[in-house]
Amino acid sequence: MIALDWIVGITSWASIIAGSAFMVIGAIGTLRFPDFWSRVHAVSVTDSAGMLLLTLGMCIQGGFTLITVKLVLIGIFLFITGPTATHAVANAALVSGFLPRGADRTIVSGEKKEIIKPKATSRKRKPSKAKK
Amino acid sequence: MRHHLLLRVITKLLVGPIILFALYVQFHGDYSPGGGFQAGVIFAVAFILFGIVFGLTKVKQVFPPWIVHKLAALGVLIYAGTGIYSLMLGSTFLNYGAFTPAHPEHGQHWGILIVELGVGITVAAVMVAIYYAFAARPPVINDEEW
Repeated sequence: MIALDWIVGITSWASIIAGSAFMVIGAIGTLRFPDFWSRVHAVSVTDSAGMLLLTLGMCIQGGFTLITVKLVLIGIFLFITGPTATHAVANAALVSGFLPRGADRTIVSGEKKEIIKPKATSRKRKPSKAKK
Repeated sequence: MRHHLLLRVITKLLVGPIILFALYVQFHGDYSPGGGFQAGVIFAVAFILFGIVFGLTKVKQVFPPWIVHKLAALGVLIYAGTGIYSLMLGSTFLNYGAFTPAHPEHGQHWGILIVELGVGITVAAVMVAIYYAFAARPPVINDEEW
């Protein structure tokens, strides 16, 4: 049984530490990336991965109990809602005309085809104090 | 509103489980963290989410404002009625132990359940009423401009 304890401990803590690392990397990316689209990318992808690894590690710690069932439900809920929230934010930004750098958006409605060019003013950034 | 396909599908998927979770928090409140206030807010969130995604007219068909306002009063009535009932039994206000004098623990169990139910109904109704009041304002940005 000591060997089983070791296996459970090592796998659960490895997954918890990996999930925490994903979360920290996502937070750093949110703070440090230059514009909106790369920030959304950083926070959404790492958030899902980190959440899954953290719940997996806690499930292994919990064993076959009610806690594990609740953790699995929480994991499913967050796995559905996290990407949906990111989609809503990114969709709202795209529809309101905030396009990624160098991209244009084509709206096809019936016969009509409309191409939206990125606005030059939409990426105005605060002047950074860092040395170039 | 037709282009929010993903949000509509996910909302339909989530409204049921959110209401179920609200009922779990409501009736499991004496064993685990939770209670009437949190359950009411979670219950209202299901309707607010539905209203945000599908529009105010749809959610008002599901949960009409006149029912919301009646429910807000009904919850307070349940809460105060429990207290008045214990007064009538010759005890102090909201003293649940007087319901079953032989076993005060049973009376306390049922009393806290009924009072929390009243709190939950009022909080849910007031939250939905606040959402209706805010969402019924004329929009600052027209829908066509999105």
